[in-house]
Amino acid sequence: MLRLEGLLASGRAAGADLVEIFLERTDHLGVLAEQDTITSVSPAFGMGAGIRVFLGDRDGFVSTNDLSDRGLMQALEQALGMLGLSHSSSSNTSPFEGLQLMRDFAAAKLDWLDSCPSLAEATLKLLEGTGRLEHHGRHLQARRGSYSRDWQSVLVAASDGTFARDIRLHQSLGLNVLAADGDHRAGLGRRYGTSDRPDDLRQWDADAAAQDVCSSVGTMLYADYVEAGQMPAVLANRFGGVIFHEACGHLLETTQVERGTTPFAEMVGQSIAHEAVTAIDEGLSDGAFGSLSMDDEGMEPQRTVLIENGVLKRFLSDRAGELRTGHSRTGSGRRQGHTFAAASRMRNTFIAAGPHTPEQLIGSVDKGLYCKSMGGGSVGPTGQFNFAVEEGYLIENGQLTKPVKGATLIGEAKEVMPRISMCANDLELAAGFCGSVSGSIFVTVGQPHIKVDSITVGGR
Amino acid sequence: MTQPTIQTLNAEALSGRLQQLAQGAGIQQWDLGASCSTDTSVQVDRGEAKQMKGAQRSAITLRVWNGDGLVGITSTSDLSDSGLARALSGARDASAFGNAEETPAFSPLATAPLAPLDQPLHQPQPILSLLDTLKQAERQLLDRHIAIGTVPYNGLAQRSSERLYLNSEGACRHQTLTTASLYLYARAEEAGRKPRSSGAVRLAYGTAELDIAGCIEEAAERTIAHLDYAPIETGYYTCVFSPEAFLDLIGAFSSLFNARAVLDGVSLSHRDSLGDSVAVPFLSIRDNGLHPGNVGASAFDGEGTPTAALDLVAGGVLKNFLHSEATARAFGVAPTGHAGMGAKVSVGADWFEIGVTPGSGGGQQGLDRLNHAGPVVVIDSLSALHAGVKASQGSFSLPFDGWLVEGGVSRSIEAATVAGDIRTVMKAIVGFEGLAKITPDGLCPYVWVEGLSITGEA
Repeated sequence: MLRLEGLLASGRAAGADLVEIFLERTDHLGVLAEQDTITSVSPAFGMGAGIRVFLGDRDGFVSTNDLSDRGLMQALEQALGMLGLSHSSSSNTSPFEGLQLMRDFAAAKLDWLDSCPSLAEATLKLLEGTGRLEHHGRHLQARRGSYSRDWQSVLVAASDGTFARDIRLHQSLGLNVLAADGDHRAGLGRRYGTSDRPDDLRQWDADAAAQDVCSSVGTMLYADYVEAGQMPAVLANRFGGVIFHEACGHLLETTQVERGTTPFAEMVGQSIAHEAVTAIDEGLSDGAFGSLSMDDEGMEPQRTVLIENGVLKRFLSDRAGELRTGHSRTGSGRRQGHTFAAASRMRNTFIAAGPHTPEQLIGSVDKGLYCKSMGGGSVGPTGQFNFAVEEGYLIENGQLTKPVKGATLIGEAKEVMPRISMCANDLELAAGFCGSVSGSIFVTVGQPHIKVDSITVGGR
Repeated sequence: MTQPTIQTLNAEALSGRLQQLAQGAGIQQWDLGASCSTDTSVQVDRGEAKQMKGAQRSAITLRVWNGDGLVGITSTSDLSDSGLARALSGARDASAFGNAEETPAFSPLATAPLAPLDQPLHQPQPILSLLDTLKQAERQLLDRHIAIGTVPYNGLAQRSSERLYLNSEGACRHQTLTTASLYLYARAEEAGRKPRSSGAVRLAYGTAELDIAGCIEEAAERTIAHLDYAPIETGYYTCVFSPEAFLDLIGAFSSLFNARAVLDGVSLSHRDSLGDSVAVPFLSIRDNGLHPGNVGASAFDGEGTPTAALDLVAGGVLKNFLHSEATARAFGVAPTGHAGMGAKVSVGADWFEIGVTPGSGGGQQGLDRLNHAGPVVVIDSLSALHAGVKASQGSFSLPFDGWLVEGGVSRSIEAATVAGDIRTVMKAIVGFEGLAKITPDGLCPYVWVEGLSITGEA
């Protein structure tokens, strides 16, 4: 603590408005099973510091693996120098008043790493998963199971007195298959993830997961390509929420306001979506992949209503976002690790449940697409998005009919949000990873079944 | 101001420390990949510094072989003695779960001579100098057209780095490198119309060598060329891929050439696919990490095997696969210098050269999109390759930026995706237009492909 206070005092004395130090230790384990063999076990551990200095609304950020006194001081001086500050040019008359009492979110989590399944347990569980794939699947050319355990201990200290530490634990499991029968090929995967539950892998129902993957790939193996066009679509719950996350959620981060790349910057209080849509981002759901005890700037997370009945309510904001855009912090300052400065990022983001049943949504469509499972996608710098549909079905006369592959949903958030006209009552969350300005972070996406009145479907 | 201290790796000292620790732990065989780097970068926003970053990074990946010959691995950023000891212990623990059916070995080429690379080393510039340079570049780009309002994605970065490969049989590879990069991605908007954006990137061995003017020019030209846009009708079109777009597409399907993917059953190719006709008879694809246009080329791969050129497709025929030591052993050939490092070693392509097979005629001659009878779609850049490519199935459906060229007139396409199958694409190449262009991912001319499905957002 004295070391940290010395650095913070030194930075303030040099003229910085604010100095923030982020210290990190990590312990990662990755295991890969292919067919019925463990083919890769890859432990990794690391440590480092990220030092950020603010002057006005500008900042300099330096990261280092060198945690010696000399290494940290060098990093601080380099960050100060980026803003034209040095100890000889000090003009700061407001001294650093010391750190507050530490808020210790880690105290109850110190045994988490040791409570996780051993390597032997993890390998057995994964092999159970790939074994169940073999049991349930047909024409499987490749079966893969992957397990990842990420443990991170962080400490945040800043010259405004912020002083907090936490331990995070994320575990995820993936099952992937490639099926082939003559010229027919289909590949499909599912990922499951939780945070802060050391016992999670032990609880994983490998058989149910394998059955789910095999059922889907078996259906998609013989699917025809979808015909391109404009049509209504019903998106299933859970990972269907990836579209809201990518196409709209990112546009509600203050990093986008700063860049001038969100069309919603001046629209707080205005309607940006159909009145059926309420959207929330929070870091509180028990065990969810994007939940946090504190963000990477030491602030406790909140439940942030982004859109309520179609009206834009708030942006997600971090320390720099508050400084540069005026949107108050929401406990959303997140980063992959010490090599990134925190930025406003999503946590658990979802469209809230509505009053309908999924059947009512499907029943309301004469001819359209049902997207049971979404693949990845992307959003361009001007808001246009596209997402691959991993498992899709035609809707004809209100009924699901034949499976179709090769579909891509294309559009722009600003145009599509008003077309989400129905939300079902079956909200579920799904674990995922989000890559953006401050690296790859753990998030959940989610939604109930939703109906989009009209969307461009790319196909052949 | 304080300049970052450039970190360095001492191969001899690291090797000595490891040898000592390994002996103490009863480990006879080990190898190690290490890297360290010092980076500085800046971003700007309308004349102001947006973010200035510095980073000192170091990392090692350590592999050990246990008494049963099984391999374990650990990575760490802690290069202290205690960090190395912990890594060694972690790797030994992991080796108990090593795959007995496929155990990596040292590359037989880990001590073979390396090809010389002309990679001049440059001193890093002060970060405030980078900032001034980027501010000027941003200003010049904004001044190019009234519709260009911001350059929301931009960056000027420089890196000094070192890589090492060591093994317990005395192999010692070492490479030092400096690189610099500039990217400018502009956003333009005209009243009542949708915002449009495009950009350009440049790489060099030092900031002073960066083609900044060329980057500004290209970013401006591309952005302005998209201002006048219209929707495109969904249908089948002859497409002209830019060098960047075609290299991206081939790169996304490089599992076609990847022996690791072949052995894992996730490639469209099979063990006996070599010699198959996979493309039009005038197409050549060569992997050549040593090409002088490949800025920042690696002299050796993760197993210490020298980087070398390799014909993948010649005359439309599949000629070779990319290999690590383990896959090469499985195929009975020599490693090709395309390995990563791991308990299960990954394999990846370096830098493609795509063009005409000498003596093949080269397909249709004199292709010129502006003088073509029918409409053609120019695919300038592809997006979302991570999501829209099903490499193990051959299919793709990708959004793109481009133009519809009809009757000599070129108009930007509002929004569209191109879909197809890579096997069909490689056999539907009509020919090439223009000279091959050097890009960060390889060397390639414009490539004409018949009959691709385009979905517009009309």
